[in-house]
Order: sequence, then structure tokens, then C-alpha cells
Amino acid sequence: MPRVVLVGNLAQLTGGVAEFQLSATSVKQLFQQLAELHPAIQPHLEEGVAVAIDGQIYQDALFQPIGPNSEVFLLPQIAGG
Amino acid sequence: MAENGTNGTNGQGYVGTRTIRPDGVDKVTGRARFGADFNLAGQLIGRVLRSPHPHARIVKIDTSKAEALPGVKAVITRDDFADQSSEFIPAGEMMMNYKDVVRNVMAREKALYEGHAVAAVAATSSAIARKALKLIDVTYEVLPHVIDVVEAMRPGAPVLHDDLFTVGVEPKPDKPSNIAKRIEITLGDIEAGFAKADVIIEREFKTAPVHQGYIEPHAALATVSEDGSTELWCTTQGHYIVRAHCARLLGLDIGKVRVTATEIGGGFGGKTVVYLEPLAIALSRKAKRPVKMVMSREEVFKSSGPTSGATVRVKMGATKDGRFVAGFAELKYQAGAFQGSPVQPGVMCAYAPYDMENVHVIGYDVVSNRPKVAAYRAPGAPISEFAVESVVDEIAKKLGLDPIELRLMNAAHEGTKAAYGPKFGPIGLEETLNSIKKTEHWNTPLRKWQGRGVASGFWFNIGGETSASLTVNEDGTVSLMAGTPDIGGLRASLAMVAADELGIPYDKVRPIIGDTGSLGFNFLTGGSRSAFSGSMAIVEAAKQIKAELCARACKLWEAKPDQVEFKDGAVRPIGSLGEKAKPMTIADFAKVAGKTGGPIGGYGRINAQGAGPSLGTHLVDLEVDPETGRVTILRYTVAQDAGKALHPAYVEGQFQGGAVQGIGWALNEEYVYGADGKLQNAGFLDYRMPVASDVPMIDAILVEVANPKHPYGVRGVGETPIIPPLGAIANAMENATGIRFTELPMSPPKVLKALREREAAAKV
Repeated sequence: MPRVVLVGNLAQLTGGVAEFQLSATSVKQLFQQLAELHPAIQPHLEEGVAVAIDGQIYQDALFQPIGPNSEVFLLPQIAGG
Repeated sequence: MAENGTNGTNGQGYVGTRTIRPDGVDKVTGRARFGADFNLAGQLIGRVLRSPHPHARIVKIDTSKAEALPGVKAVITRDDFADQSSEFIPAGEMMMNYKDVVRNVMAREKALYEGHAVAAVAATSSAIARKALKLIDVTYEVLPHVIDVVEAMRPGAPVLHDDLFTVGVEPKPDKPSNIAKRIEITLGDIEAGFAKADVIIEREFKTAPVHQGYIEPHAALATVSEDGSTELWCTTQGHYIVRAHCARLLGLDIGKVRVTATEIGGGFGGKTVVYLEPLAIALSRKAKRPVKMVMSREEVFKSSGPTSGATVRVKMGATKDGRFVAGFAELKYQAGAFQGSPVQPGVMCAYAPYDMENVHVIGYDVVSNRPKVAAYRAPGAPISEFAVESVVDEIAKKLGLDPIELRLMNAAHEGTKAAYGPKFGPIGLEETLNSIKKTEHWNTPLRKWQGRGVASGFWFNIGGETSASLTVNEDGTVSLMAGTPDIGGLRASLAMVAADELGIPYDKVRPIIGDTGSLGFNFLTGGSRSAFSGSMAIVEAAKQIKAELCARACKLWEAKPDQVEFKDGAVRPIGSLGEKAKPMTIADFAKVAGKTGGPIGGYGRINAQGAGPSLGTHLVDLEVDPETGRVTILRYTVAQDAGKALHPAYVEGQFQGGAVQGIGWALNEEYVYGADGKLQNAGFLDYRMPVASDVPMIDAILVEVANPKHPYGVRGVGETPIIPPLGAIANAMENATGIRFTELPMSPPKVLKALREREAAAKV
């Protein structure tokens, strides 16, 4: 199962738990599973977080596949000037 | 069907060359139309009444005298904007809340900074509009103000918002404060890291707020018809974003608002938000005539967003052989009057250039009575990386190590786990350091009072939603339409990609920037994304054209798909089909388009992913005048990973422009406030930006470590070059004077003071 890590303040919404093993095979499933476990995080997932899958950062990509051995990080969204 | 589409292999090979800029002639002849160049018949002139106070409750606004003035056609205040609920929406790394946006474009309960819009008028002339502003009677209850970030965080500081409670701390506070948010990232065990260190350096740094300094002030021209259809021309980095914000603030259907981005005279992040645009629409709606509004330079400084000033504490530990083992930082960023500073990317970028096991960075987002900050090139990163790069230099000196070798020893590379979480793919920091090391510049001796400094920088880069189209015209030329304003060479870059993909001459592609009614949604030009994402959309559009042409050729030749291929600008028969069919160029298809299925075109609509970070290293030589404290930049070299430079001259221009803006940030630029909380230098005479005569030619070294997620290997390049100058110049100053400057700008009075204090100390 992919290893999912919450970066920064997101873990405050999951009772301090920053790492998960989830069965998600896409970003959409990942968000659903996290929201079911910790409903407080759902608004923040909807507001916009970036998802790094095996080092590659994706933004607003609900259908992006997640491999069974992937390492996934949830980060604040990134833009720029 | 076979095709040899991407990777620039199929034809003219324009990508990577220095083609003529399609917008160049209009710009050098004065034909290019910028924001203030647009006019409509019967237009009114709009002007804004701004608060003279940094912090005041607005008790009453009486507009009756202004409305009675002949020639005044509309007056608007807070009453013309419905309040917005508290709803955060992502505006990149700077989350925005419409409750704050509506209050920033027009003050409601309080004026929160000098220059905050309080009312606006539209009149038949500028003189009448100005006179009308004087007739608006605003009753203020002046409140205590706070400007500095550290003072704003202190208990007892004047509180800007009664409903602002710090997020990210436990227990949740029961009293409001100016600290909007506390954030942190942690990697490894910071205390264990420091326990391994042979050398620990801790320093506190302070940076001043600086403005993006775009030469073209904000400008907007709006016209609203009786049925609510709205047209807007404005200078912006993202006309789709302007459309969304204006529709939301004014209760309009997005489909009824059409926004055209004019040519833009610089933005650098500062034109990613709205100021005049909703006011112009509201005035036009009320007056039933077009309304044009243009900011003065003073208004630009006082009322549009600079970037944060900040206080940063950095503590780094290294082993005696130069390995970084621990990095701590605490960042306090000014957000201006409303929450949303770029402290988050500041936190994430601080140690990103380095391969470190133990990192802990804390950040605070703090409001004070200044204009709300806006994005500025790599928002937040120059501040935190300046502090870290200064300490890295001190570690090198303490350990007796070459500063480039020390950075090479610790440089992030493919596989490095970034302090903010994921592992990097291919990145080019080591290549930039090695490029700098090999330069003649690095190996040239210096004289007394001259110093040399080096620093590196990191920025993430992004992709995002992008639409672009290619249309084959009747004569075989191609019209290219993009939906992100061209600030740094987008039209040329996309035209080159289109020419290569379609195998046609570059000058047969005419690129334009479409309005919001012409293409699907586009995120703005920012985050170093437009060439990266736009070129991916163009590749997609070209694929569609090639597929369509191959399909039509199959019908014309009564052939199967595997009997044709698109190559070198034409559909060609394969094998025995060549005996009865001759290759057909795009122009050949264009002639028979109507008879073979209608107009030919492609439409790329993507959410571009796979942006690769760009890292760079800067090298600077400077000279300090011990009599005046003036610093002269003698020589400057930038090396940065561009992935693949679509148009090398434009990429070099990005490197040079970022370096010059960083030089200004390091040496001269700052918002100067009086004790009354009013800005004292709201003009280019007193806000000292570098001009051409202040800087040498900036040498640019293009490093190209291909981004594997882009068809041509492109990385964004616009953000990173503003990051290293601050640290590189501070390090050069130390090299020249022996003094470690920790406060920006290193302006002549500060430099002279430091030199004299050292002289005085030596005499004691």
C-alpha cells in the first residue's frame, strides 16, 4: 500500500498523525480515504493541496494514479509570481 | 498512422534558436497597446479616494456633494459591493479570502493602510473627478497603527481584525491578534543534528518590503451594457482570474464578463490580483458609460501589493569537514493589511537547495497596517534563502572551505529528499555550481574594497490549467492563440514549438493572446508556468491537426492509416501508396479544407503537470566606496538550469531581469514609513530601483538538465533568478568589508554606519 505523509500543518487536522498506509490508487481515492478517517481535513483537501507522488508534484489532478508502492506527500499548493 | 511529432525532431528545429520576436516591431515602434492606451467613445474617467490614515474606523461617508457636482456620473463606496462570506480559495501559495478581497478593493468597516480605497468617482474629465473626490466627506475615527512585523506580533499591539485568531497553535487562542497563522515543516531530528555539529552559526536577518516596480501602472477600461454584459481591458498577468474575481465581487455571471489582457509593462507577480478592475466595472454599471481608470505611481506604491518585509532567524550546524547536519529557521513575514503572506513557500524553500537530514522551519503570517502583499517573483523564497545563503557563507569561512565546494558537498541532486517532503527528480544545482566555478569571472583577482560572493537558489515551478489553439488559415499559415498574457516571450516560444511540431516556417505562425471569450480557462502567467504549460498545450493542439490531416489524406487517397505519416510539414504516403499519391503539405490541405471536412485546427486543453524545479547559482563582484557607503556592482554571472531553453535570448533575459531586481532588493529598495504610519517614498525618485547605468551586463550561463516530464525538457525559469542575488551580494559585502550585513537593503547610510562603527571600535 502507498505510504502517505502529510507535510506541515495538515497533521494538526488528523490528531497529529502525519503518516498513513492507504489503499488508494488515485488522488481522488486518497482524498476520500483521508476525509473518511479525519473529516476535519476535508475542507483543506478541497481548498487545494499539492500531491507529490514518487517525487513528482501534482496539483488539481484527482485522477492521477498512485502505485501500490508509491511514496505520497500532501503539500500546500504552490504558485508563484 | 505514423507521425514524428514531439521533441522537436520533425522539421525546422526552431526550438533553441533566437528567433525574431513577433511582438517586437510593435513594441519598438510604439504601436503596442498597453493598459492605459485603450479608450472607448463616451468614456468617463474614474478616480479613487484613498485613506490618509494607516488605521481608522470609517464612521460615515457622505457622497452627496460629489454626486451633485456637474460632470460626475457615478460615485461608489462600500455600499456598492455586497459583503462576501469568509471563504478561502487557492491563489497559489497565497490563499485568499473573498471576505478580505472585497475589503481590499474598497474599505468597509475600517481603512487598514494609507492609500486604502474608500470611494471612487466617474466623471466626464479627470479634473472633475479629482474635484469630486475632495467633496466626499469621510468621517474617520483614527486608531493606533502598527507597521513593523515584530511589533505587530507583540501582545498589546493594535489589532487590525477582531476576528483574526491564530491558526496552527495549540491551544487555540481565545483572543484575536495580528498573527494569522503559524506553520512549520520538520525533517529528521533537529536536536540530534545539532548534536553532531562541530560548527553552529546562528544569525537574525531583517528584510524590507519591496515593490515589484513594474514600469506600467495598473489600468482598466470597463463598459457594462444594459443587459449586464461586461467588457474589460486591463493590464494583468491573468485575465481569466480577473474575470473570476470581478464576477464574484459584483455578482455577475462569468459568461457575461469578457476580459482582454492588454500588452503588459511588467507584473512580476503584482498583477495577479484586482484593484481597479472591479471599481471600473461598478462605476460603469452605475454610470451606464465606459469608465477608464489608471493609477498614478504614488497609488501603485501605496495601494498595490509589495512583497513582505520579514525577520528571519537561522541556525545551521555543520561538521568540520563541511557536511550540513542541521538547519533551523524562524520566519516572520508581513502580510500587509490582510492575511496571506508568502511565508509558506518561504518555509518550504529555505533549505531546499541542500541535501540535509535534519531541518525544522517555523513561519508566521502577520498582518500590519501596510498594503496587502502580492506575489513577487518566487514569492517568499528570496527572503528565507537570503538568510540561509548568508549563514552557509559564514560556515564556509569558519571552516576554511571554498564556498562553491561547500555548496557542492551539500547540494541537492536527483534522489535528494527535500526538506518539504518529496524526493527530487533530475535537477541541475551541481551543474550550475560547476559552471560558475569554471568561469573566468570566478578566477579573476580582486582589489581592496572589492568583494566576491556566491549564492544558490531554488524554486518549485508549476504547471496548471492551460488552453491554446492552432488554426490553419486558408493559405496554410497558422494562427496561434494562447490565453496567458505574454510577459517574458510566450508568443515567440509557442510559435517556435508550433512551427517545429507542424514543420512549417516560424514566420508562418502568428501568435496572439486571446480574450476570455476565445479560449477555455487559463490560470495566470505566474509560477514560471506559461511557456512550460503553453508549449505542452501547443504540442497537444498540433497533434490534433496532424491526426486530422492524416485522416483526410486517408480519405483522399483511399488509404489505410498505416499507409500515411506526417513528416516535415506534410502528410506522406508510405510504401506502394507513393506510386499514386504525392505528399500534401499543410498549405495543400488548407486549399481544400472546405471540400474535405471544413476548417482545420487543434485545441489543447490541459492541466499541465510535471513542472520541474529550477535551481541556480549567482556570482557577483562589487566595490564598496568607504567614503560614501555606495556599492557598485562590477560584474555579475548567473548560471541556472532551464531544462531546455525554448528561446535562449528570452531565458537569458529572465536570468538578467531577476538578477537586477535582486540587486535592487539587496542594495537600495525599501518602503520607508514615518512615525505617522505613512509611506515616505512613494515614487521612483525616492524608491531607488536599479536603472541600466547601475548594473553591468549580466552574464548568463544556460544549464540544461532536461525535465523528463516535458516534451522538450522545459523548466520554468522566471522565478529562480531573483533568489540568489540577496545572499550573493551580502556575501560579497562581507568579502569586501569583513562585515556581515544582516539587514536589507545594504544602502549607503547603513554601509557607512557599519564602517564607521568598526572604525570607532578599532580605536577603543
